[in-house]
Amino acid sequence: MKEAPASCRVLVPSGVLGSGCPDEALARGVSLAPDCIAVDGGSTDSGPYYLGTGTSKMTRQATKHDLRQLMLARDRLGVPLLVGSCGTSGTDAGVDWMADIAREIAREEGLRARLALVYSEIGPGALLPYIQTGRTAPLDPALPLTAEQVEECEHIVGLLGYEPLAEAIADGAEIVLSGRTTDTAVLSAVPLMRGFPAGASWHAAKTAECGGLCTVETRRGGVFFTIDADGFEIEPLDGANRCTPYTVSAHLLYENADPFRLKEPGIILDAADARYEALDARRVRVTGSRAEVVPYTIKLEGAGGHGYRTMVFSAIADPKLLARFDEWLCNLDAWLRAGIARVFGLGEADYGLDFRAYGMNALNPVPPAVPPHEVGLMTLVWAPTQELATEIAKYCNPMLLHFPLNPDDPLPSFAFPFSPAEVELGRQYEFKLNHVVTVDRPDAFARTVFETIGEGARD
Amino acid sequence: MTKLGDAAKYIRSKSAGPFWVTIDIFCEDAASFDRIAGSPALAPRAVARLFGVSENMIRQYRLPSIHVFKISFPRPHVQGSPGDADSHAGQYFVPLLSVDLD
Repeated sequence: MKEAPASCRVLVPSGVLGSGCPDEALARGVSLAPDCIAVDGGSTDSGPYYLGTGTSKMTRQATKHDLRQLMLARDRLGVPLLVGSCGTSGTDAGVDWMADIAREIAREEGLRARLALVYSEIGPGALLPYIQTGRTAPLDPALPLTAEQVEECEHIVGLLGYEPLAEAIADGAEIVLSGRTTDTAVLSAVPLMRGFPAGASWHAAKTAECGGLCTVETRRGGVFFTIDADGFEIEPLDGANRCTPYTVSAHLLYENADPFRLKEPGIILDAADARYEALDARRVRVTGSRAEVVPYTIKLEGAGGHGYRTMVFSAIADPKLLARFDEWLCNLDAWLRAGIARVFGLGEADYGLDFRAYGMNALNPVPPAVPPHEVGLMTLVWAPTQELATEIAKYCNPMLLHFPLNPDDPLPSFAFPFSPAEVELGRQYEFKLNHVVTVDRPDAFARTVFETIGEGARD
Repeated sequence: MTKLGDAAKYIRSKSAGPFWVTIDIFCEDAASFDRIAGSPALAPRAVARLFGVSENMIRQYRLPSIHVFKISFPRPHVQGSPGDADSHAGQYFVPLLSVDLD
């Protein structure tokens, strides 16, 4: 009987597919004989637009470059390749987009592989029974989920845990492209399906989820981690880069509200008592991570459209005006609102007019001690249609160009950098959901489809 | 009068999902950590006032082993919502720099 391996080794090329891993770093990772290659393909980090539209933030070209590199490495190694949250938001369209790129690469490189597509988009109809039976719950600071909120979403995805990915691999998948999946589930799927400890597997995956961010020189490619019965070890792919107990433990802080307890589907990772020990100058060993089993919940993400925006950017450097900027802007705002009400017949709730004074206080509410050298004024108009937003912005245009500080001033002119001055920003999207659903089984919202790509290529 | 911006080694902020922001204050050593993490100027009430959020939503975590004081709270504007001017919450830490520690 074959003895079970004592460790499970995971190569993580980067924090997100399409951000690149230097060839030498990847080659070094491949030389360490990983049991799988796993990488995240998305995030909500760049805002609701990508989920709202089901489009990718990363360019197709960069994504294809990275996926080619990984598909070639996978083929040489004969181990599974997992890509989670395909197409940034992990919608069905995102998975199909990634699958299309994978098929193209398989054809171009003559690579044959068994591909599993694990979809995780949820139709509004599928959520309603969960709302009706009280199996959804809000996360802080949200209110309980309503059917109306669900209807407002263009796309809803459920963050999958590792189980549907592991099942696809158990069923013969060599490449798994999944819809929205927790970053950590993508990286921990193979160790967990092979029976390695949950605490170490989830903690290692959490540490490696942003690729090289847990290393000293964060732009030199990803990391490689090894899980065993008592903990995990982690090192950078790049031979000259280093992981230290400090960089590894500090990574748990990153983009994470609570650094001690991390919620994942079906478990809570408790890293409060984890011990970090340098094995040498560039490798760290971590022990003492625990995983508590909790009821299995799937986190929801949903985004929907809410009107359209048009922007005007203008700039002012006149010191006389900048010395009394707040007063000038307040007068301008009142003048424009009165005009919009008169000319368009719109009430305050029918449109939005918002000013951001970059260089003054657009980001930092603490007022500057002395007037700034110059200010870039972003005027944002919101309306139910793009046409109306632009009409209102055009109406504002002459005053944004000429509005005087004092009523009897000779006509001033400010700086418009473009003609036309109005820039249409398209539809505005918002995140609508901050909730979890309690499910009976981890694959309640997963749909897996298999195919063979590169058919006709060598076996 | 010492400003937090001068006392801390490094401060960063980032979204923790679309609804929360988290701010990590990295301190030089144990003494600096004790002073910063124990300062009333950074107590939940003071932080809530600075960012215009409710005091009971302020979460604070102290990590003495790596000299980090962490503060998390719901974003005053949800990421991507009409009033949001900082999608990644990358500049949320800036008002903290001018907080007087004592």
